[in-house]
Amino acid sequence: MEQVLRTHKVTKYFYDPEKFQVLKEIDLSVNRGEFLSLVGKSGCGKSTLMYVLSTMDTDYEGELEISGERLTGKSQNELARFRNEHIGFVFQFHYLLPEFTALQNVMIPALKLKRYSHKEVEERAYEKLKMLGMQDFALKPSNKLSGGQQQRVAIARGIINDPDIIMGDEPTGNLDTYNTHLVFDIFRELTHTYRQTIIAVTHDSEFARNSDRVIEMSDGKIVGSSAQGVVKP
Amino acid sequence: MTLALEIAKTHLLAKPKQTLVAMLGVTFGIGMFIAMVGLMTGLNNFTEELTMTSSPDIHIYNDITRERPTILEEVNPSGINVVLHQKPKKVTPKLRNALQLAEVIRKDPRVIGVAPTLSSQVFYNYGPVQLNGTISGVDILEEDKLFDLRSKMKSGRIEDLKASTDGIIMGTGLARKLNVKTGDRVVITTPEGYTMTLKIVGTFQMGIGTVDNIRSYANISTVQVILQQDQSYITDINIKLADLHQARSIAPEFQAMSGYKSEDWETANSTFLTGVIIRNILTYSVSFTLLVVAGFGIYNILNMTIHNKMKDIAILKAMGFSGGDVKRIFMIQSLVIGFFGSLAGLMIGYLLSYAISKAPFNGGDFISLDHFPVNFDPRYYVIGIVFGVTTTAVAGYMPSRKASKMDPIEILRG
Repeated sequence: MEQVLRTHKVTKYFYDPEKFQVLKEIDLSVNRGEFLSLVGKSGCGKSTLMYVLSTMDTDYEGELEISGERLTGKSQNELARFRNEHIGFVFQFHYLLPEFTALQNVMIPALKLKRYSHKEVEERAYEKLKMLGMQDFALKPSNKLSGGQQQRVAIARGIINDPDIIMGDEPTGNLDTYNTHLVFDIFRELTHTYRQTIIAVTHDSEFARNSDRVIEMSDGKIVGSSAQGVVKP
Repeated sequence: MTLALEIAKTHLLAKPKQTLVAMLGVTFGIGMFIAMVGLMTGLNNFTEELTMTSSPDIHIYNDITRERPTILEEVNPSGINVVLHQKPKKVTPKLRNALQLAEVIRKDPRVIGVAPTLSSQVFYNYGPVQLNGTISGVDILEEDKLFDLRSKMKSGRIEDLKASTDGIIMGTGLARKLNVKTGDRVVITTPEGYTMTLKIVGTFQMGIGTVDNIRSYANISTVQVILQQDQSYITDINIKLADLHQARSIAPEFQAMSGYKSEDWETANSTFLTGVIIRNILTYSVSFTLLVVAGFGIYNILNMTIHNKMKDIAILKAMGFSGGDVKRIFMIQSLVIGFFGSLAGLMIGYLLSYAISKAPFNGGDFISLDHFPVNFDPRYYVIGIVFGVTTTAVAGYMPSRKASKMDPIEILRG
């Protein structure tokens, strides 16, 4: 299997209010096309780990490699460029830009990347919205959409640049059961049909159980890893 | 259109009222700046022009009030001499070799006109009216070169004076007070008691009461006759320079060369020019204050915008916008506010200036003025827009930098 993400002994401290080790020498590797859930109690470090993996948090020890590129020690600007091209995000709160339409929201990361012309970007954004069943809402202002609709637009935005990894921080945390299933199915399809890699932090045990691999964390360490809900020590 | 520009545009248009308020701050500041600068520099130019019409660039004369050594000191140079209430020595204000001196000065390449003149206090009599004034004996064509007399003639022609031996050209204020017209004859009396009848061949108006109400021009020879002096009697030499701002440095040279007092126009009109400096200080300090206030307005509004847009900034950064990109988005907003606000300010300023320039204003007897003089020099409009955009750029920079430095994780983790 092709490895898309690999960490070596990632360690991180919080200094406020007092020195505290959140992550303890985490070694992790993720394969392409894997749908991975990060679970664990509040404060176990799973979100912190995800933000380290997402390259936004650079204050750690150890090494991080995505798509064969070593990212530890790169400058903020280089990392921003890298995120733009290789990582998509889906958050608990959808964080669409409220002044823009759904379509514009989806287009922004692609316009930033400048891989395609404006016209092509627009076509691709439509395609992604269609894939998520949102094409009819493309020209609506994003703040006029419901929570579930906004989350689907956010997913479309996350995959517009065909990233290597989609990172989700509680992507279904704020959704009702119907929309949770919807989003889960979309993730499922993305991984299985399009061989998209997804790493999601979640509290939702059903969501985690149905993903390809569950990584359980406790006190800054990976305490268990399971395939299809079977916990292996 | 670049992406940062597009996002900035969307932000500005999403809150039109707030954008407008921010712009109005700049507009008001720049508008007031333009109106004030227009009026103040208009007044400055007007007074400068007035002083130029009433005084030559350099004026050479015999300063008889200068301190002179007492005779006691000549006799007893080593002693301590005290002379109280020294009586002025009887000296004539004559410049020796004035005409030769004028020829020498005329050869100086920095000089474009030299007019030797003589003047005297006289009484003007017309019927029962008797007025105090001065009479200047001039070569009227030279005088025209220096003061552009031709354009200031209200009646008659300057050539008429050249042609007659007993003609004078009188200030309009003086003529009005005497109730005389061109063609009338007036009797003049000198302090020495000499009386002569002269014919008015024209009237002039300089626009300054202190000149128009007392002065007449006559030929040099006419005044020499009135004063009962010889043909070499000249009391003043007026000089026009190619560059009038050099007067201050050239005047001492002529003083050293001629041995007589040589005064430049800036010294002669120092009270007028102090007013110019004070007006400039006022204009710039008030405008600067207005712009600083506008700058604080922009700073506040931008700070608030950025505070409200924390989440947007965080997600933009997550999606791969660098700190620089974020800074650009907000700098563009403040620059757009600054540019369009300033542009509107220039228009408001122009309209205000125009309204002021049409407002009636009576200068009274002192200066002939019926409207405020307003300067529409485009230079100040350029300064205005540069000033406006710079202020907004400075005001916008700090909040933009804050946005660019923001850590997205803190926002995204909630």
